[in-house]
Amino acid sequence: MTAAEDLLSRRRPAPRRFRPPSLPRPSPALAGGLAILAALLVLALVPGLVAPYAPAAFDYRAILKPPSFAHPFGTDNFGRDILSRTVWATRVDLQIALFGTLVPVVFGTLAGAVVGYYGGWVEALFGRVVDAVVTFPFLVLVIAIVAVLGPGLFNLYIAVSVVGWVFYARIVAAGVALQRRLDYAAAARVMGYSTPRIVLRHLLPNAVSAAIVYWMTDMALCILLGSSLGYLGLGAQPPTAEWGVLIADGKNYMNTAWWISIFPGVAIVLAGLGFSLLGDGLADLLRPKR
Amino acid sequence: MSAAPLLSLEDVVVRFPLRRTVMDRLARRPARAVHALNGVRLDLHRGETLGLVGESGCGKSTLARAVVRLLDPDDGRVRFEGQDIAGLVGAARRGFNKRVQMVFQDPYGSLNPRMTVRQVLHEALSVHRMRPRAAIPGRIAELLDLVRLPPDSADRLPHQFSGGQRQRIGIARALAVEPDLLVADELVSALDVSVQAQVVNLLLDLQGRLGLTVLFVAHDLRLVRHISHRVAVMYLGSVMEVGDTEALFSAPRHPYTRALLDAAPDLDPARRTAVAAARGELPSPLAVPSGCPFHTRCPHAFDRCRTERPVLAPRGPAGRAACHLEGFGAPA
Repeated sequence: MTAAEDLLSRRRPAPRRFRPPSLPRPSPALAGGLAILAALLVLALVPGLVAPYAPAAFDYRAILKPPSFAHPFGTDNFGRDILSRTVWATRVDLQIALFGTLVPVVFGTLAGAVVGYYGGWVEALFGRVVDAVVTFPFLVLVIAIVAVLGPGLFNLYIAVSVVGWVFYARIVAAGVALQRRLDYAAAARVMGYSTPRIVLRHLLPNAVSAAIVYWMTDMALCILLGSSLGYLGLGAQPPTAEWGVLIADGKNYMNTAWWISIFPGVAIVLAGLGFSLLGDGLADLLRPKR
Repeated sequence: MSAAPLLSLEDVVVRFPLRRTVMDRLARRPARAVHALNGVRLDLHRGETLGLVGESGCGKSTLARAVVRLLDPDDGRVRFEGQDIAGLVGAARRGFNKRVQMVFQDPYGSLNPRMTVRQVLHEALSVHRMRPRAAIPGRIAELLDLVRLPPDSADRLPHQFSGGQRQRIGIARALAVEPDLLVADELVSALDVSVQAQVVNLLLDLQGRLGLTVLFVAHDLRLVRHISHRVAVMYLGSVMEVGDTEALFSAPRHPYTRALLDAAPDLDPARRTAVAAARGELPSPLAVPSGCPFHTRCPHAFDRCRTERPVLAPRGPAGRAACHLEGFGAPA
């Protein structure tokens, strides 16, 4: 081997090996969100792990007691342990987050796919539905529906579902309408694929990421809404432990027993933070590479 | 060329209506439309490569899309083996799609960003039941080999490929269903010149090996000359001239073809001339001139050209041109 050949062979870069796709490192937002929600999920599934008492157990010897070793978050006006009630409420509030958004996500996504794919008069009609819904403030509309149906969690889910799907449909419709114009959609049609296959297998996967991110935020908003309605007496009914109901329980004792409302409030903030971080993290993760 | 054509366009018209503005409605003007195709007549024969050239906006891509039925003509017919494709529905339509495939211009938009090459090919093979389930992986490897992609590319996503490689994936997808006719719409115009040659030669090779009929849409004249058996020249939604490649390039029989060939820059600076073979600007496809669409720019136009639209008529041994000057370009 001559010196020149030696030089050439050394300069040649090592052949690039194909590396199998591995899961990307989770961003801090994603990791933080997942950690918070995992912790809340554990509390919801096995509240007894942390909660020292039953959520509705009265103790007339410990009424309105400030946080202490026996009652770390204090007690309310019936002597119920705030820590236990806050922990037990996790189960109710995560249910609200899930059931309050499940129907809107599924139905809204499918409706949005149809609207986005067909466009034309379907889109025009849908636009008027959106106008009709966004004209009313979301909370007012939900309160009105719950007031007609009667208070309770199930009616709350109905009310949220009737209104909430519109937002998902709008997001997905915009995404599908964008994807539909790309050549890979035309290629799928030239391939002779059926419309359901084109919409569900090709367009939707490229159009739902924004809706999934919104879903995370929406679950946080749904918890806030459930708590607001619980506070107003239209959501979960006492003595069910629910964060909004707990805050409402403490409203008359704000000046003397701050702990009754503060700790459930912190729980709401924590859950909201968890969902928002998860949403942020997912937004980064789901962005398609070009 | 006496055998029945594989595909024929019969006076195909495609219009894209514009939205009427408020002023249009007030003035009771009818809706205006972009006339993308104005009565196109063209035959494709089995096993040939037909190059389709013309300026931007002359309707080349619209024609390609009408051939694969991405859009239906407003008037006229597209016949595949004699059958009007506009009437095909259900299984018959799928059968047509299987036999007429397309490769798209944009190497970035024409592949689903979330599907690996394997998924893309697997879908095509399984939906059209091209192979029994167990034979699909082997066929995928064959297809990758056919378009000269490395075997390990099957499990990669489109963003991991270069533009030229993506166009090969597009070709592999089209060939997966073993079509008779392949429409290549500006197959390489988005690629680097060095990569263009590879992809074009791949297409040439496949055309010969698989006996494909190819409709090659492009604006690069040298590329079309290199690849085509016959060439059709379009202007403002009409076919102006069609003929065997060498005859058309060496002795164009239509003033527009002459203008188009003269406008192509020559590599040899000594032969560059600044002839303006066509005067003025390209008319808007919103208002295609009456008579011959080229009469506003043609140096040879006379009265008849302004009123009467010439039809494609035989010129020379195997060509046709739509021009009233029957002797134009004929050997003296």
